[in-house]
Formats: sequence, structure tokens, C-alpha cells
Amino acid sequence: MSTLPANGAISKLKAKDYATDQDVRWCPGCGDYSILKQVQSVLAELELDKDNTVFISGIGCSSRFPYYMDTYGMHSIHGRAPAVATGLKLANPDLDIWMITGDGDGLSIGGNHLIHLLRRNLNFNVLLFNNQIYGLTKGQYSPTSEVDKKTKSTPFGSLDHPINPLALAMGADATFVARSMDRDPRHLKEMLKRSYFHKGTALLEIYQNCNIFNDGAFFAFSEKQSRADTTIYLEHGKPLVFGSENTKGIRLDGFKPQVVPLKDGTYTLDDLWIHDEKDLVKGQLLTRFFDDPRTSEPYLPRPFGVLYATERPCYEEMLFNQIEYSIEQLGAGDLDKLIAGNTTWEIQ
Amino acid sequence: MNKTALKQEEVTIKFAGDSGDGMQLTGTLFTNDTALTGSDLATFPDFPAEIRAPQGTLAGVSGFQLHFGSKRIFTPGDEFDVLVAMNAAALKSNLNRLKRNGTIIASTDGFDKKNLRLARYEEGISPLEDDSLEGYEVYEMPVTKLTRECLKGSSLGMKEKDRCKNMFVLGFLYWRYSRDLQSTLAYLNLKFKAKPEVLDANIKTLKAGYHYGETTETFTTTYKVDPAPMKKGVYRSIMGNQALVLGLVTASQKSGLPLFYGSYPITPASDILHGLAAHKNFGVKTFQAEDEIAAVCATIGAAYGGNLAVTGTSGPGIALKGEAMGLGLMLELPMVIVNVQRGGPSTGLPTKTEQADLLQAMYGRNGDSPLPVIATKSPSDCFDVAIEACRIALQHMTPVILLSDGYIANGAEPWKFPKAAEIDDIKVRFEQVSDEPAAFLPYQRDDKYVRGWAIPGTKGLAHRLGGLEKEANTGNVSYDPANHEYMTKIRQAKIDEIANFVPEQEIDNGSDESEVLVLGWGSTYGVIQSVVDELLEEGQRIAHIHLRYLNPFPRNLETLIKRFKKVIIPEINNGQLARMIRDRFNIAVIQYNKIQGVPISKSELKYFVQEICSTDK
Repeated sequence: MSTLPANGAISKLKAKDYATDQDVRWCPGCGDYSILKQVQSVLAELELDKDNTVFISGIGCSSRFPYYMDTYGMHSIHGRAPAVATGLKLANPDLDIWMITGDGDGLSIGGNHLIHLLRRNLNFNVLLFNNQIYGLTKGQYSPTSEVDKKTKSTPFGSLDHPINPLALAMGADATFVARSMDRDPRHLKEMLKRSYFHKGTALLEIYQNCNIFNDGAFFAFSEKQSRADTTIYLEHGKPLVFGSENTKGIRLDGFKPQVVPLKDGTYTLDDLWIHDEKDLVKGQLLTRFFDDPRTSEPYLPRPFGVLYATERPCYEEMLFNQIEYSIEQLGAGDLDKLIAGNTTWEIQ
Repeated sequence: MNKTALKQEEVTIKFAGDSGDGMQLTGTLFTNDTALTGSDLATFPDFPAEIRAPQGTLAGVSGFQLHFGSKRIFTPGDEFDVLVAMNAAALKSNLNRLKRNGTIIASTDGFDKKNLRLARYEEGISPLEDDSLEGYEVYEMPVTKLTRECLKGSSLGMKEKDRCKNMFVLGFLYWRYSRDLQSTLAYLNLKFKAKPEVLDANIKTLKAGYHYGETTETFTTTYKVDPAPMKKGVYRSIMGNQALVLGLVTASQKSGLPLFYGSYPITPASDILHGLAAHKNFGVKTFQAEDEIAAVCATIGAAYGGNLAVTGTSGPGIALKGEAMGLGLMLELPMVIVNVQRGGPSTGLPTKTEQADLLQAMYGRNGDSPLPVIATKSPSDCFDVAIEACRIALQHMTPVILLSDGYIANGAEPWKFPKAAEIDDIKVRFEQVSDEPAAFLPYQRDDKYVRGWAIPGTKGLAHRLGGLEKEANTGNVSYDPANHEYMTKIRQAKIDEIANFVPEQEIDNGSDESEVLVLGWGSTYGVIQSVVDELLEEGQRIAHIHLRYLNPFPRNLETLIKRFKKVIIPEINNGQLARMIRDRFNIAVIQYNKIQGVPISKSELKYFVQEICSTDK
């Protein structure tokens, strides 16, 4: 396999070494199975220490994830995984934490926490399973559902404009913003590794098919007949090329992205937008490639890969620095002095 | 000119002014100095919810009440002997609690036309000029004018000069009560170290106030309050939230666990966050979360990670934390949840005190969800109760609710503080892989029904926790009906068992042979203590029991209470402990409830208790 453990040897561990003895209870055919498999594989490939790894989730189908990982884990309450994981990281910054959430858990009930996690930039990974539906409560529309979605709670179609999760992340000054999908295991594994090695909060949105309540929500991006035209896979330093046989590219006309043909001689690769993960403005533009190819024409292809990655000090790092600095300045705390305060008097 | 100091046994002073007048600081500094003289004391700050309510209005009056004496003092006093009124509104809103023949020190600049109008006095009428204050001793002082005059040479702007006027009043009071200026000078020197001009102005004004008393012929008498008969030892002055901070840091040191405090600012609990944030050199981690829910959830995360995890808030915050507290209970992780109660429901009375969250603490979660509840009774008691809450949490693996209130949080009293070495260690044990080959069972319990604490990072103990019902022993998810009932019962048994690890209830005052029991909890301690003290002196057969442990109750409480014919329960709520006692022990109790956002006063409670004592019912 491509990425190897630090010593360069091929890992002796297998995905199943990270699986628990619990029966996996997702519906047969659910996209979560693929994600679970890739996560287990990546942990095995990187030979990550089970005892130093923690999966923290909220509530929802995806949030059952920790029960299936033979590591430490907590299935917490709805929307609050970012806060639980933050507290855990502050208690023990050496832990490898993976936070699991979904579009309802992370963007609806827990939207506030996600924003604040991203701006604080604690060093752990966030896997946002987006299936554009509420699965565990049996099929209501979610904050990422498209407008006019007909569900049990919206028999005449949903009215809410959907959240664009990665644009939201950019708004919260996330330091790592990436997208992958359940049906592209190779890419997903690569993105999981990139997330793992990012220092800071790594937000990886994973398109995940709910075959029961929202089957095919991402088929336009995942299936052979359409994906060449609807998706673009980003690589740092490479031009933005897509389409079957790479016949299309994206160039920037000022701040306006433009789809251009590459085979008729008008444009060459040199004219195209070169992907630069570290470019904030371009990263913001990429998150705005959000057309729904099912309903809009023309549309920009949906980007997959690392849209933006930068470095910024992590919250926990700064907190521990502050503690150290405080000890340096004031000396290690003296309990008797603290209790006595500045002014005392004696009664004889 | 020699003026003799008249001895007084006890004095109550009310400092009242506009919320921008610095009355809280003036009161606090005078209190600190009073403590140094060895008198006993109790304070009661009373301020509006608005930071700067419209100047000069009745709504904007901020007050600080201090009761000190050469005898034991348990309450901040019902009525005051001295009212410092910085403006007309301060006089108007406090006059009804000034004793007959009491003293008014009025800052006359606060009684101009505009101030009189804002205080809603009728056009053309000033209380300083008509005869409405007859019977009081009124001292009029042009404080603003005198302050400005004494700062004539200063380069400070007029606004900054005027901000010194509270120092003038303070200086005057120091003269009046035969003090010196040392403690306040030391405070000012520290506080304004970086601002020499402001420091200079404050000192000048303070001294000017002192000399004004000394040299003005109007004032013929100074007063002196002797030290109180306190136990021998070294004392400091302490406020409730301060003591809580010290208690939490102490528990962290004594358990050897880093302290994590997750909180969201809320009145009147924020000072705990402020206090702990300053103690990073004790390894304290403070986390100001994005909301109340994040604060408690981060606390759960920190508890899972092996820290001494604490969150603090007030009633509305507890309402928001309810679901997460249920999670903490289900995970059986140790943490402390502090509720500095305020007037409710909803936003209620943010700056006023109340004890109305007891039932919320007991029952405010979904499902059968028992948690230990303990309450502090006074500012210094917060120290012991904070340590005790941490001990219970760590040794019984459960979230513990600690109830304080706004009155305790901001009130001050002298505290004979302990030496760190005198405080017991809190023994904590993290699970480790055992030599036995048996698999680790996260929900295996000891004889106290307590499960082990296995923190992430520990070799070989990887396990999963969650809010779904647990299978006994394994902790795996279980929907088995019998298991759910078993687990519900065992969670209850675990909390009930704590009664065997806390002291038996003692009688605070009086004897168990008495007819009448006054049973209290929380901040009513002082007032009940004074009332019962006086009634005992007057020969009544009466006793006082004050509860620290509200859930579970001390194991001997039922026997103890049932010895009395009449049980009176005074509370600053609509009868919450009363309801719990009736429910648990099936006895009739007599409620005394005051729900006005202020402490119960001694005279009203004494009157009520006397009536009960004298009826034969």
C-alpha cells in the first residue's frame, strides 16, 4: 500500500484488528460500512495505538461508529461531540481523537459547537458523514437536504435552503477542509490519512449514501455514467482538470471560475487554475462549487480532495503553554499561600 | 480637638449609590478593613442586573450592606444604623430599612434638581430640605465638590476626578469608626501601580475624607467596635465564590488530578471562572465554552480523560445542561456541577438570591436519574463543600451537584482558614490492566456499587461508553428489559450508598429534647442561627439543624427529625425542602417562605418561630 508506518515497513495489522465483537447494526447496504472499513484499514496501515485512540460521536446513525472500533470511544449526546472531544483533548493532548458526526448531528443540533471547534483548532479529526437526510429518526429532511425535498416531515417539499458544510467551515476559519465519499474507498483512505496528519482540526466531509431514506443522493458524483463531468479531484500543484478523458478544465476569469474545453485548441493546461491548498481565497471559491448537477445547468463540478489546508497554533497547545508560562512567572502554586490570600489577621 | 470614641456592640451600614458610584468597592474595602480589626461580620451586596442602569434612577441603585460587631455575627442585618446615600434615589429606595434615629450620610451633590426628579420626588421637594427626615441624624456632605477641590492640581479629567468620590466617603467612615488607612492604601498601591496619577488622586481623596471628619466641627463623635469573641487562629475575609475557587484548587491538589473547569459566563457564577482562570500556575485549565451545553460536555470529556472535572453555572445554565448531566450519570464519570442559584424561573432575577433550584437539582433530568446534591451554608463553608463535592464525585464515580446561591457567592465573612497539610488527601484510583486474564469489564462494581475509572491512554483497557443503556458489567449496549430495571435500581443504590460515607447529621444548636426544630439548608444558615440563638437565650426549647447533604440525606436524619413535635422549614423558595421532607419521611412540616430575591430577615423569622413556639397546635 501507499502510505506506510513511520519505520517504512508494511504494517502487520489488518483492518479487523481494529474491529470490536459487537454486531454492526447499520442497514445492509449503508454507506457507513465502507467508511468503517476504510477507517479501520487506515488505522491498521498507520499502526495506530488502539489504547491511545478515541472515537467520540454524537447521536445519529453515523454516531454508532465508536461501538465498532476496538479503541476507546464515547457515544455522547446529540450534537455535542465537539465539546466532549475538546474536553478530552484538553485533559490529555497526547490522545489521537477522531470525532464522528453527521449532517443532522454536526450541522443542525450541534452546528454551534462545530463552528467553535473549527475556530479553536484543536488537534483532532472530524469525520462528517453527510447523507442529506435524518436516518435514525426515519427519514426527515436534514440541513443539507436540497430545497423541495419531500419527506415525512415535508410532504409538500422542504423550504429550507441547504447548508454548504465546507463553506461554513471556511467561514469558521477551519485549518483543514476536505471532501471525499463512501463509494470511493481509495480516495477516502487517502483523505483519512491526510486528515490524520494535519495538525489542527481536520474537517473531512464524507458523502454517504443512505440507501433506505435517501438512496442515490450522491449518485451523480459517484456513479460511472456521470461522475467524470460532475466531479473534480483536487491535487495540490496540479491544474483543475476533469471530464471524461480530461477534456475539461477550470480557469479563473478574475474571481469567476469558468469551465473551459481543453481539446478544441482554445485553452491549454497552462491557462487553468492550479490548485493551491494553502490559498485561502481559492479555497473559499472551491467550497462554493456547490451546484446540484441534477437541477442546474450549467454547473461547476463538485470538488473532492483537500480544498484548503493551513497551519495555525492549536488551542490545547496554547493552553498548556499558558500554564507553563504561568508557572514560570509565578512559580508552581503554593496552596497555603493561595488559601491565606493577601491579607490575614490573628486572633490571640 | 479630642473626640472620644464611643463603643458600639454592633453596627449595620448600608452603602447605597448609583451603580456607577463604586459602592460595591467601597463596601468591600471597608469590610476588609473591618475584618482586620477582629470584629465578626457578614455582608450582603445588592445590585441591579443592568451594568449601568440609567444614572440617578431608582432602578440604578446599587447597595452593599455590612453588619459587624464585637459579638458573633450571622447575618448582614435586618435594618441599618447608617445609610450612606450618594444620591436621592439611594436614599429613597433604602430609607424604609433605616432604623429609627439612624444616621444618614448624604452626598448633597446627588440631591440636585435632576437627581431629585430622577428619584421621583415631587417638583420642588428635597428630603434634605423638608422635615421628612426628622428623627434621623443627617450629615450632609458636598462629596463631589470636596473631591474636585482636593484634586484641583491633578491632571485627571473631571470624569476621572469624580470617580474618586467614593474614596472620600470611605475615608470619612474610617475616621468615624476609629480606623487607619493602611489596608486601603496597600490596596490602592497595588491596584493602581501602573497609573500613578490615578493612584495619587485616590489617596488624596481618601485622606481628604478622613481629615474632613477630623476637622469639621459638625462631627463630634467617633465610634469603635471591638473584636468579637472569635476562636483563636489566623483569619482572612472570604466571599463565597472565592472560597469555592480555593476549595476546587485544593481538591485538585489533594487528589493529584489537574483541575478542569468548563463554564459559560453567567451571573452570579462567573467569578468562579474568573478566580480559577488566574490560578493556571496550579495547573488549572479553564475553558470558557461557547455555551452552557458545551461547558458541561467539555467537562464530561475532561472527566473521561482523568481530570478533576468541574462545571459551574446558575439555574438557567443547569436547565441547559440537563441532558448532559444525564449522560454523565449514565457514563458514571466523576464531575462536579456547581449551581450558584439566583431568582428564577427563566431569566428571573439574575442578581438576586433564591434557593429555588433544589427540586431542579433533584429531579431536573429525564429518566430515573438520581445525583448527589450538597449545599453550602455560608461564604467560608464553600471551601469545605467544594472539597467534599469533589471527594464524593471521585470516590463514588458520579456527577455531584453543589448548590450555592447569590447571597453566599457575593457575601463575605471572616474565615479561620486551615493549613493545607490539615486537609485530607482524596484517594483516587485509575483502573490498570490486571494480571488476571479476564477481560476488562467497565461496568463491574465494587461493594459501594462503584465502577472503575479507566481513562483513555491506559494500556489494554480500550472500551466504549455511551448514553444508551448499559449491560451490567460489560457496559455493552443493552435493550434487555430486566437489565434496564436492574441498572436503574443499581444507579439509585449507588447514590443511596453515599449516605454511608458522609457524616451523620448533627444538631447545629439547641438540643434534641426540644419541642421545635428549625430545619434549614443553604444560605438561611446565618439567619436561623441568630434566631435560634436568641430564642434559646430567651428560654425557648428549640433546636436548629442545617443540612449539607440533600441527596442522599444523612442516614440518621429521619430518626433525628422525628424527635421533634414541630418542624419549621424556612426557605427562600415556595417550599422545596419542605416537599422533600414530607415526601421522604411522611411528616407534617411548617413552611416559612420568603420569595422576594432577598435573604430572610432575622426579625420576621423570629416573629414567625415565636408564634409557632407559643401555640399548642
